[in-house]
Amino acid sequence: MSKQPKAVALISGGLDSLLAARVLQEQGVHVEGINFFTGFCVEGHTHAIRKQDQAKPKRNNALWVAEQLGIKLHIIDVIEEYKDVLLNPKHGYGQNMNPCLDCKGFMVRKADEWIAANGFDFIVTGEVIGQRPMSQRKETMPVIQRESRAGDRLLRPLCAKNLPPTLPEREGWVDRERLYDFSGRSRKPQMALAAQFGFTDYAQPAGGCCFLTDKNYSDKLVDMWQHRSSRDYQLDDIMLLKVGRHLRPAPNYKVIIGREEGENNFLEGYRNQFIHLRIASHKGPLALIDGETSEADLETAARVAARFSQGRDAGAVEVEVNYTDGRQQTLQVAPMALDAIPQEWYL
Amino acid sequence: MVFVSTHQLDARRLLCPMPVIRVQDALAALAPGEILEVTCTDPGALNDIPAWCRINGHRVLDTAQQDNEIVIRIEAGDGDD
Repeated sequence: MSKQPKAVALISGGLDSLLAARVLQEQGVHVEGINFFTGFCVEGHTHAIRKQDQAKPKRNNALWVAEQLGIKLHIIDVIEEYKDVLLNPKHGYGQNMNPCLDCKGFMVRKADEWIAANGFDFIVTGEVIGQRPMSQRKETMPVIQRESRAGDRLLRPLCAKNLPPTLPEREGWVDRERLYDFSGRSRKPQMALAAQFGFTDYAQPAGGCCFLTDKNYSDKLVDMWQHRSSRDYQLDDIMLLKVGRHLRPAPNYKVIIGREEGENNFLEGYRNQFIHLRIASHKGPLALIDGETSEADLETAARVAARFSQGRDAGAVEVEVNYTDGRQQTLQVAPMALDAIPQEWYL
Repeated sequence: MVFVSTHQLDARRLLCPMPVIRVQDALAALAPGEILEVTCTDPGALNDIPAWCRINGHRVLDTAQQDNEIVIRIEAGDGDD
């Protein structure tokens, strides 16, 4: 190949993909980044919602990585297509609702489609054999190649020497001798390589870039599916699972209660889609009602919401019930005592 | 006098990276020099949209913030930064 080879690197924002892309740049490969937004990405969301977090510096790590590398970053919305990955994972789930192996195969396949459409030659990931218990094992490496249909157009520079040569190595676009043989869960080789390249301020490798690996989030997702007739979901559904206290007093409905001003403001955006409760007599949270409710249910929900208002110790609290058709009703309720709220209501 | 068209993009209520994705898609349809004015509510957009523009060859002309809304004006580049 006389022209400069072109690779697209899957950029998560973590250290491994940063290093993988940089290793290829060192060999003169033109690298651009690609990042897939599934709707479950942790990146930025809770920071953006919670008022108390808004003073902290916010940075999208994938963008930060791209800027450090001096490469373009293409952020792709895969929310709709990702549903099938989450709902029907061929390889099942990890410890929570994380379909990591199917997810990786899906993302590499999308990257493979992207390189075909954009005239690139191969795909780069920061995978390391043995790094992740589900998706980064010696046995799963060929599975991802096969199921993504990328085959040997997929190069993992950090552990390439432990794997058969790929197309870019065989074609001489990349020198295999200047790739690496990392394996296992230790981060020391990556940290040493980062130091060699002069990277210091990279995101800490916590492995938690997806809400589906979070137990609490996964529990709320499963609860949502169990109480609906279908497991389908919209972006709003999965966003709301990231915000507020979720309590289910009965199978037919749950209450989502803002925990602070930022969350209340975020929930305000959904007030036309849900019955919502406002504490009228005291300072208090906004609460959304998700489900079909009777008057008795609304009174229970109002008592729960009042519990989290500044009127929690008052004899009675005035709660405004706002229906989606614009009707409004005011209830006088006794806030529920904290120990009267069954633990199993909390999701 | 050269007339430069300004295109509006409403990205309110979207959380990052969705405003960035909308900007990316909108700019892909613009000619170099055209202006995109995006309105957002996620404060993260104040960092993310300029960062995305820097690495992808577009220019942020100015940003303004009023109450909970952020307006960012971007001049489309030719994509060859």
